Amino acid sequence: MMYDRILIRYGEISTKGRNRNKFIDKLRKSVRKTLEDFPQVQIESDRERMYVLLNGEDGRKVAERLKKVFGIQSFSLAVKVEKDLDKMKQAALELFRSLYSEGKTFKITAKRSDKTFELDTNEVNYEFGGHLLKNIPGLKVDVRNPDINLQIEIRKEAVYLSAENILGAAGLPVGSSGKAMLMLSGGIDSPVAGYLSMKRGLEVEGIHFASPPFTSERARQKVVDLSAKLAEVSGHFALHIVPFTEIQQAIHKQVPDNYTMTTTRRLMLQIADRLREKFGGLALITGESLGQVASQTLESMYAINEVTSTPILRPLIAMDKTEIMNIAGKIDTLDISNRPYEDCCTVFVPASPKTKPKLEKVKHFESFFDFEPLIEKAVQETERLLVKPGGADSGQEEEDLF
Amino acid sequence: MIYFDNSATTKPYKEVLDSFLKVSAGYFGNPSSLHGIGGQAEKLLGQARSQVARLMGVKAAEVIFTSGGTEGNNLALKGAALANRGRGKHIITTQIEHDSVANAARQLEELGFEVTYLPVNKEGFIDTAAVNAAIRDDTILVSVIHTNNEVGTIQPVGEIGQMLKDFPKVLFHVDYVQGAGKLPLDIYGSNIDLCTISGHKFHGLKGTGALFVRDGVKLLPLLSGGGQEGERRNGTENVAGMVAMAKALRMSSERWERNMGLINEIMGTIKSGLAEMPEIIIHTPAENSAPHILNFSVKGFKAEVFIHALEEKGIYVSTTSACSSRKSRPSKTLLAMGVPDGVAESAIRISLSEENTLAEAKAAAGAIRETVKQLGEVMK
Repeated sequence: MMYDRILIRYGEISTKGRNRNKFIDKLRKSVRKTLEDFPQVQIESDRERMYVLLNGEDGRKVAERLKKVFGIQSFSLAVKVEKDLDKMKQAALELFRSLYSEGKTFKITAKRSDKTFELDTNEVNYEFGGHLLKNIPGLKVDVRNPDINLQIEIRKEAVYLSAENILGAAGLPVGSSGKAMLMLSGGIDSPVAGYLSMKRGLEVEGIHFASPPFTSERARQKVVDLSAKLAEVSGHFALHIVPFTEIQQAIHKQVPDNYTMTTTRRLMLQIADRLREKFGGLALITGESLGQVASQTLESMYAINEVTSTPILRPLIAMDKTEIMNIAGKIDTLDISNRPYEDCCTVFVPASPKTKPKLEKVKHFESFFDFEPLIEKAVQETERLLVKPGGADSGQEEEDLF
Repeated sequence: MIYFDNSATTKPYKEVLDSFLKVSAGYFGNPSSLHGIGGQAEKLLGQARSQVARLMGVKAAEVIFTSGGTEGNNLALKGAALANRGRGKHIITTQIEHDSVANAARQLEELGFEVTYLPVNKEGFIDTAAVNAAIRDDTILVSVIHTNNEVGTIQPVGEIGQMLKDFPKVLFHVDYVQGAGKLPLDIYGSNIDLCTISGHKFHGLKGTGALFVRDGVKLLPLLSGGGQEGERRNGTENVAGMVAMAKALRMSSERWERNMGLINEIMGTIKSGLAEMPEIIIHTPAENSAPHILNFSVKGFKAEVFIHALEEKGIYVSTTSACSSRKSRPSKTLLAMGVPDGVAESAIRISLSEENTLAEAKAAAGAIRETVKQLGEVMK
């Protein structure tokens, strides 16, 4: 293939007025990060477009990566040509031949932002269509449903030839909307909530509660693996692992069985909120979906949410389980989430948790014990891992095995 | 030593053996054990699976680890046929498959399945239209070899897969044992449901392999047991072997990509050396064949004699496929191509790895020329 660059069209960025440069800058960073292991690649950007210059790297592989980057509306593998009619024709024919096989139909779509160019749009269509028809016997035009749509874009600095538009992931560039902390249990919902938040430009860090020996190393690994999937979006993903055993034991001593779930969530939220403050976030994210389980009824949310005034974002609140599972399948987290290890939400579930807990009651039960020292200790002892795409905290020795 | 029998097996990379030893010694746990030692082994197995999946361009959950090409092909054919027999009992394959496909198909015939064995043209290629024409209402499986192990023809599996899109009931298995790590294959784009690879063909270890099973495809396990590999391939996993295979596949893919030009040059040198000799007939077609396999006959010489004569000069090549070469029966691929018995009996296969050199190619071409001359004096 003769493509030498990828032309990226911005998504909603283009509507963002004066902040535009900031957004483009963020997008450029995400693109650079995603393409880290293509050392030859160069990135250029202006207000309307970004160009990834391949310099010999495999365009198809680069394109595969770009599909996952938020903030890209669409992109095309393209070839840059001098604004010289003969050279353009030659390049168009060469590109076309590399895509053409017998029986395929085509059309030409010309765009001309450089109005000083010698031919107008119709003339370009006519001229290049004619050139291809003359040189490729048996070729047929189909303007409605062409197999190959050869696009010729004439801009001030040069001409770009491309043949397909690949849809990007849309959304906003990661980090352009600020930072928030995601409660990451290991289930199906929370990674999806994290993904959707990233799609709207949030930089997300994960918080996971571990209760060894009630929860196992495998449960922890599961969350690390989920983080590695989310890291594919942003290049890395910070995961906080909170030691939660002591607190859970205290809850079980202090609070009646049917209220332990409510108190557990309240304490998790308080710890998450402190970590948020410590690491400079402005919101918490959960994978809650209204009415899905006992802790996700409106009454439960009311009783749990009371511990903080920090915004709690719930991207899945109005989604059905099947919709959530569909997204989980698409972002490749479903299989990981389905691994059958207990996390600290499932391991201590009472036989019949309250679906309509009363706030006054929870507060009353909690009032007999000072959780504060335990909360502070848990925050202090929280471990922070920086997880990379494609598998996480394996040491160099393990990496060498592969 | 010049080793030109890489389609029979390859020499394991040193780095691959290192991994095997390290994992065997340091991560000996059973991946199913609940404790940490088991957990570590399970984690490595998972990493090996992700790496193999990534290199094959599929999802990790779609990769089943096996003991090699023979098991992969058997599991694909028998496993899919038996699990789907309610939908039909007709299978289509070709006359140029590896024995592990061909004999699995024969066995299925004994179990009441009907099998169509499609012929190839004289260059050794399957015609997609012929596959299409062979499909019946009760066809449940098509199995086609990607790179033929005896002559190196690359079958149009992409085209066949596209055609099979019109037959959603028909599963498509591709035996990719000779192609994996060397030649690209777009598994999803080719509409493939099952795809076999084998570790020792790309510098991994014997006894390691993988089968791609597309999401949702049902297989009856051939080995019943403790539920490993999603209950489709039971038995305690060969963790060290699979880590070694994942590494071998990565290294081999990288090296092939980097050295493709050199490999073509090496093969070109051998070919042009042989082309000068009137006694030699080249069977491997010039187009659409693997860059590392060359099959030719030396007219009037028994292949076995020729091989031993070359061996005396330190050059190792083979007759047909290693598995069938002991049966001293001419290559069935060549016979299917319409090569006469007498010519097929003197067929030699050279198969390269990316570790071979241009100097070796020149030496081998010279040695072959010399051997033809020497033996010619005795045998004629």
